[in-house]
Amino acid sequence: MDITFLLQLIINGLVVGSIYALVATGFVIIYKASSALNLAQGEFLMVGAYICLNLLSKYHLPFWQAILITFVFSAILGMLIERLILRPLIGSHLISVIMVTLGLSSILKALIQLVYGTDTIPFPEVFPSAPVQIGPIPVSQGYLYAIGCVTILVTVLTMFFKYSKTGVAMRATASSQQVALTMGISVKKMFAISWAISAMVSAVGGILLGTIRGGIDMSLSFMGLKVLPVVILGGLDSILGAIVGGVIIGVLENLSGGYVDPLVGGGAKEVAPYIALILILMFKPYGLFGKKKIERV
Amino acid sequence: MRCGDFKTSYSADMTIFESNSARVMMGLFLCLLFSLPLYTPGYLLDIVNRIGIAIIGAIGLNILTGFTGQISLGNAAFMAIGAFSSGYFGTKFGLPFYFCIPLAGLMTAFFGMFVGIPSLRIKGLYLAMATLAAHFIVEFLIVKWESVTGGVAGLSIPAPKLGSFTLNSDARLFFLIFIIVIMAVLFAKNLFRTKVGKAFVAIRDQAISAEVMGVNILKYKLLSFGISSFYVGVAGALVSYQAKIISPETFPVTVAIDYLGMIIIGGLGSILGSIYGAVFITLLPELLRLSTSALAGSFPLLVAKLAATKELVFGLFIVIFILFEPSGLAARWHSIKNYWKLYPFSH
Repeated sequence: MDITFLLQLIINGLVVGSIYALVATGFVIIYKASSALNLAQGEFLMVGAYICLNLLSKYHLPFWQAILITFVFSAILGMLIERLILRPLIGSHLISVIMVTLGLSSILKALIQLVYGTDTIPFPEVFPSAPVQIGPIPVSQGYLYAIGCVTILVTVLTMFFKYSKTGVAMRATASSQQVALTMGISVKKMFAISWAISAMVSAVGGILLGTIRGGIDMSLSFMGLKVLPVVILGGLDSILGAIVGGVIIGVLENLSGGYVDPLVGGGAKEVAPYIALILILMFKPYGLFGKKKIERV
Repeated sequence: MRCGDFKTSYSADMTIFESNSARVMMGLFLCLLFSLPLYTPGYLLDIVNRIGIAIIGAIGLNILTGFTGQISLGNAAFMAIGAFSSGYFGTKFGLPFYFCIPLAGLMTAFFGMFVGIPSLRIKGLYLAMATLAAHFIVEFLIVKWESVTGGVAGLSIPAPKLGSFTLNSDARLFFLIFIIVIMAVLFAKNLFRTKVGKAFVAIRDQAISAEVMGVNILKYKLLSFGISSFYVGVAGALVSYQAKIISPETFPVTVAIDYLGMIIIGGLGSILGSIYGAVFITLLPELLRLSTSALAGSFPLLVAKLAATKELVFGLFIVIFILFEPSGLAARWHSIKNYWKLYPFSH
């Protein structure tokens, strides 16, 4: 077995996995706060990437300005969606929530398609792409920057949830809405903030993917479905789980792409995470770090 | 004048048709329906056929999701299994369609029950994800299992034959499809008058209570998966006859979303709703196509963006229906009917 090949696959997996982790974190934040399964997460990512692209290549803003504006836009988008679509559905049946986010994903996808078309649009080079040598293997600098960004963002989020007043309030809401209400926390506000944060985090994922791939197209929205195995593996309500799960699924995907694909003639890379999903559901339905639910009548 | 819905016996409560006039109306409607091929042009008949297939599939999904409460995002995969098994039996063994279609249903039912096994342990959104994963795995297997499915190239399905009579036109397929539609609707309507159907509804409403009342959860959940998948498999087999060529791309995950859209817009837990939803969702792109080609002169861009527009309108309808009409078209139709029944004294 070629060790360089293996290492290369693992590094690719780590990079993709860290982006999965990011999007999964966004997913988990919403699920934790409002128990809503957001199947439009991939579209948040796509919208963020397209907005940033537009700012960069059309208005020629510097990267940090573009990313700030994308943040603001994503936050507003997330809050609007929560206020207009998800809030009226609080307490309604699960299938309504699933379906409404599916409808939402159709709408966002269609809007992007109407505005930008279906062709791949090249993403301006944000990070230097010249590869650096790590041990025996060359690694693109973009990859390193991506991992760095994800690490910083996840650290910031962890600090936010741990130390800031809003973060603590959000955790309180997640653990018990009623108790949170009696403590004077506005649960509605926490829902809105969680959607805003989720959209922002996903937007970063989209931008990073855009820079790594060098271009963005409609296929970015598939990330929303790719992230499901990640959150199932990590546990639907655990941010730590989302991160660990993201990395594991990313590496698994690349390994099966490298070793199984040549045997079966392609396609294994795409399907491996879903096989993992089924296995996890069979043996550990609440994931690695998820909270076990006890059901009562 | 009838001013309320009073029933004095259990059988009156269980009856499908509330009055004799309803029976007559239904008879007239069926006459009208089956005379459609006489005066409908081929293209429109093709749409009608697709509506018929969608009705079968939507009823199947509604049995599982609307009546038993098990959310399935794997409908497209089930359909693909029905289509490919019917195609395989038809092309490799030369079986006639009246064997192929039930066999396709049975194959899909077995597969559906297999997928349903974890449903005892996982529920709600976990089940939704598991069925979604099943979709991708099935899609992968269909592409890879070339000796049976023809791989990426797919299968080309010969027109169904009844003796020497070939069902090779839309009008002839129409009769095949709609006879099956009527059987499907009748079976489903009657299913929910039986113990099995009541058990499904009990599981949906409160699974643990149902278990306490003596409903064998695993048995009935599997049964629901089986019956639902049988319907979907039959719909898939009919798709194969109608499309003539099937490939893995015939059944993308959006098909599953379309079907969920049908039962949401039509009404969860309603047979009539499945029909309304199927009609609505199948007609939507056709109406859009018509309106965009009418506007093509003034907005040429609109035609180029038809696919995106269709998706946008679909998404908007889903969101609007869930927010403002969560019980679907069936409930709306019911309330409109009641309003006019008591007009002008309705409250």
